Amino acid sequence: MTAAADPAPDGAYGPVRRKEDARFLRGQGTFVDDIQRPGMLHGAILRSPLAHARVVSVDTAAALAHPRVRAVITGETLEQRKLAWMPTLSRDVQAVLATDKVRFQGQEVAFVVAEDRYSARDALELIGVEYEPLPVVVDATRALDPGAPVIRDDVAGQRDNHIFDWAAGDRAATDAAFAAADVVVTQDMLFPRSHPAPLETCGAVAELDPVSGKLTVWATTQAPHAHRTLYSLIAGLPEHKIRIVSPDIGGGFGNKVPVYPGYLCAVVGTMITGQPVKWVEDRSENLMSTAFARDYHMHGEIAATRDGRILALRARVLADHGAFNGAAQPSKYPAGFFHIFTGSYDLQAAHCEVTGVYTNKAPGGVAYSCSFRIAEGVYLVERMVDLLAAELGLDPAELRMRNLLRPEQFPYTCPTGWEYDSGDYPRALQLAMDLAGYPELRREQAERRARGEYMGVGLSFFTEGVGAGPRKDMDILGLGMADGADLRIYPTGTAVLSISCQTQGQGHETTFAQIVAHELGLRPDDVEVVHGDTDRTPFGLGTYGSRSTPVSGAAAVVVARKVRERARVVAAAMLEAAPEDLEWARGRWQVRGDPEQGRTIAEIAMAAHSSLELPAGVEGHLDAETVYNPPNLTYPYGAYICVVDVDPGTGAVAVRRFIAVDDCGVRINPMIVEGQVHGGLADGVGMALMQVIAYDQDGNCLGGSFMDYLLPTSVECPSWELGQTVTPCPHHPIGAKGVGESATVGSPVAVVNAVVDALRPLGLRHADMPLTPANVWSALQGRPVRADLAR
Amino acid sequence: MQVPAYVEYEKASSVAHALALLARFGPEARILAGGHSLIPMMKLRLAQPETLIDINGLSELSYLTVTRDELRIGALTRHAQLLDSAEAARHFAILHDAEQVIADPVVRNWGTVGGSLCQADPSEDLSAAFAALKATMVIAHRGGTRTVPVRDFHTGPYETVVGPGEILTEIRIALRPGGGSAYEKVGRRAGDWPVGAAGSALWLDSGRLHGPTIADAGIGLTAVGAPRFAAAEAEDFLRGAPATQESFARAGELAAASCRPVSDQRGPADYKRHLASELTIRSLRRALARARPHGGGGPGGAPRDAG
Amino acid sequence: MQITMTVNGVSHTREVEARLLLIHFLRDDLGLTGSHWGCDTSNCGACVVWLDETPVKSCTVLAAMADGRRVRTVEDLARGGQLDPVQQGFAECHGLQCGFCTPGMMMTARWLLDHHPDPAAEEIREALSGQLCRCTGYENIVRSVRWASEHEAAGRDDDRSC
Repeated sequence: MTAAADPAPDGAYGPVRRKEDARFLRGQGTFVDDIQRPGMLHGAILRSPLAHARVVSVDTAAALAHPRVRAVITGETLEQRKLAWMPTLSRDVQAVLATDKVRFQGQEVAFVVAEDRYSARDALELIGVEYEPLPVVVDATRALDPGAPVIRDDVAGQRDNHIFDWAAGDRAATDAAFAAADVVVTQDMLFPRSHPAPLETCGAVAELDPVSGKLTVWATTQAPHAHRTLYSLIAGLPEHKIRIVSPDIGGGFGNKVPVYPGYLCAVVGTMITGQPVKWVEDRSENLMSTAFARDYHMHGEIAATRDGRILALRARVLADHGAFNGAAQPSKYPAGFFHIFTGSYDLQAAHCEVTGVYTNKAPGGVAYSCSFRIAEGVYLVERMVDLLAAELGLDPAELRMRNLLRPEQFPYTCPTGWEYDSGDYPRALQLAMDLAGYPELRREQAERRARGEYMGVGLSFFTEGVGAGPRKDMDILGLGMADGADLRIYPTGTAVLSISCQTQGQGHETTFAQIVAHELGLRPDDVEVVHGDTDRTPFGLGTYGSRSTPVSGAAAVVVARKVRERARVVAAAMLEAAPEDLEWARGRWQVRGDPEQGRTIAEIAMAAHSSLELPAGVEGHLDAETVYNPPNLTYPYGAYICVVDVDPGTGAVAVRRFIAVDDCGVRINPMIVEGQVHGGLADGVGMALMQVIAYDQDGNCLGGSFMDYLLPTSVECPSWELGQTVTPCPHHPIGAKGVGESATVGSPVAVVNAVVDALRPLGLRHADMPLTPANVWSALQGRPVRADLAR
Repeated sequence: MQVPAYVEYEKASSVAHALALLARFGPEARILAGGHSLIPMMKLRLAQPETLIDINGLSELSYLTVTRDELRIGALTRHAQLLDSAEAARHFAILHDAEQVIADPVVRNWGTVGGSLCQADPSEDLSAAFAALKATMVIAHRGGTRTVPVRDFHTGPYETVVGPGEILTEIRIALRPGGGSAYEKVGRRAGDWPVGAAGSALWLDSGRLHGPTIADAGIGLTAVGAPRFAAAEAEDFLRGAPATQESFARAGELAAASCRPVSDQRGPADYKRHLASELTIRSLRRALARARPHGGGGPGGAPRDAG
Repeated sequence: MQITMTVNGVSHTREVEARLLLIHFLRDDLGLTGSHWGCDTSNCGACVVWLDETPVKSCTVLAAMADGRRVRTVEDLARGGQLDPVQQGFAECHGLQCGFCTPGMMMTARWLLDHHPDPAAEEIREALSGQLCRCTGYENIVRSVRWASEHEAAGRDDDRSC
């Protein structure tokens, strides 16, 4: 089967079929659990059943006596190596294995290394842990109550569960705008704790070569280079002796950004035993202990004129960060990019405040394709706009159309400081409405209402800020968010591009090949993309926050153009012309005015490696490298329309249609872009209708399996209807913006808006996610529930 | 993925052999049929039998037979086989309706009817469907067989009357012409356990002046704490009542009143109670649409009848 | 205990514990890592293989239960180096992204087409409703199976349209 079609008319851009499919279709992918190493042992983690307790004692004798157990590691073991605690991505610390206390159900307490995975699991039951239960904090809204149990007594000076306060925008201007407004609408809303739940759980194989001292870790990591640096800092190993390999990864979605205790335990395991150690978590471990998403308790306020001009927005947020602040976002932004909650509208003013608190739950918060909390911000603004429309008696599409930023306003600096790069928002909304047949939908809705049937139409218009980011503003743990790219052209004219970002299904092996092929007149098949192995690739901050195309993609363009410029000089030498007399056309450097005199990259490559005399100061070969520091984020956007049918007798919601118009700038591979959108739309259906990680008052996690943490299947998802507009990014070398998270960010609120729209005649004004049948019905009875707590 | 604890294993070659193995290995032995109830429990280590007795080779327990007066379902019949059975659907559309929404298509390929009933989950769909049909359970032991009405089969959550040395071998349902039946379930996604579900079976007497009356009714409920997976008071009320929306509404009230649902993450108790009523009513309506009055001729409705 | 099963046409005899799950036997004992696992509760379907020509969740079947039976995994879909039309459909229609759910999806799709050669989109969705995908939103999976159905019927693989 050929992996790629002929280059599309627009150079190598187009719906090129994916090169990576060849191995996945045959079941020949290499995921972490597929890896077998000689003498490999298996690790398993003993986890706390309690949400908050003192660890009185840990008795490992029986486990050590198991004939197939090779080692048992406890917090005490790690303390001796100064590894019991590790830094988090938010400059907090997190326990690798508990020493003093356990602080969330599922927290890591001990690590067993055994000869096979079944014995490792058996040995967990042989470890005796004595706990002294402590009172539990599960409800973030109670975490700052006077007298609330202090979770982080390990932190010097920590007297309560407060982590941070953060604010953005102009408070005075916002207050003034609200004071002058005709209409103010307010609403409390919860974006409940959710979890990205990639289909492959997290894991690692750690192997320390005792002779060379080289540590190799195959791991499910979206950021292999950052992990390498972190391992060096945490474990005190020289960084050049560490190799991190992200093999094939079965979905990341932000869940595979942090360094997890299990990885470090596997590393310690290989150090202790001298053999490779594999640790791969169960699904319950994944759901109960790895990076969750959202858990934002939000209060929104919107101010407008009577005739529907939105003036200002205000938001107050309580952010539940769990027991350790492990949120992964650029270090200057403890609430991520939430302050882009100003949305897609021309506002006079906006102000937001976010307070972060600890609770006895797993750490995390920034995950699940949120673009660093933009999912939360979009949810808030788009719910508020719908609530305003209802208050004013205006159609929600009409209200949006009146207030959307106009193309001539770009670049636009929003009231909280983001500089949106480009956009034609009204055009995207109009296209979505045309594709949906919006007026017909409203007519149908009216007819059905007369018959006692409840259908709803919900909109979402979102602006994303992705591609973090300019290094002066954006770093994670001090590592600036710039990405490297290396490009080598071999003498016979094929290419190898080494990139720092890491695919988890986004198709980089194809799209990045297309980028280089497009710049150099090659076929995508002629370009091999190397990624994921820190020994073979340049440094970069990894793949999340939709940053691959905006940052690494830009790096690939820049390095390809560097190669092209080097080729120009060589071509000039070959053609005995001056470099400035050559022009690049149709994949060749050719003499301007004499196109017969031209050379392809392949021809130039051979010459560049030959004995051809080159001008003084010009190095041979064509290889180049670059580090791309983006000047700004990019701002993809979209207009979504969701159509639902609701059965008020049961509360059941069916998503009938979902129309999604996305503008992510130039599209390298439209087929892959659409696939990204499809996947994110399913996320929206799931979050809106069924997903929540809830806890009872004892801190027991109620979402620890796929029987309780529900994910959408093929049956809940409609056939997605996509449209596009293309507004190039003015600062990206090929005008691309990135799209990986757009649909996940934009879709949940469209579904919620649709359900509320459907049930408005029955008096429903708002209901929190997930809109399960029970939650919808309870909201209709005027008895909404906190879906994140036990009933 | 989580994995089971150590366990011994025997493969049965006949029902008699299975019973002998049960006797030999005692109360900590468990029958292993499709395993799709037992093995998940073993992986989570909520069930830790000492010995598994694999009966998957007992093809003599896998059948769907219609005799002169009964539908007989072998306990080892896979869910997929019951779902695909046109004969079963023709007589009892409720079974087709229920199987359509039990678990998912792949699980249905291997999970068995008997296994699900013996697992006795308080949310088991088949428990309600067979309760509505007032089925009879056939249990084999070393001395022979005994029969138990399905409503006496379950004694509590995850508990049945099947003793340590016994095997459920067959489920029987009496054939009665003219009946209509249907199943209604609310779940949170495809394949979910029910938040609430109800199944009804109706037989009608052709009407005198004002339309048909209900000759007999069976109402099964699951996931809502209904005693014996049934709504007996509602059934008693319907017997002899006119087959009207008013009767159904009253039956729904009675069904709801007889339940003791528990609040959990699937839903609060008042919602489940509401579902007990709402789904009883809806399943009765659809059962009615599929029924033919006694003396009216023709078989009970096939699953694709409107209603 | 000793078990013998035929996997992708090849007979294997091994000494195993009774509790060994079929998915682990295939992956760890036989090295057939094309089938995956992704949950603890038989929900995700990453582990779907054929057991006696029927798709099953191999995480919920003991290897011992497959003794004397035939198992077919994704590694057997391609024959003589030639991809199965289902595999071709997934390639043509971008039916996979990370590839983790894909083997299970394809095994069920192959079974579906063997028994229902011309399934409507709703039937395909229903058939796959016990298997999760986190990347594709399912739309292209459905199109991939439709492509395979149409191309098997026509006996051709030249038309690229999805």
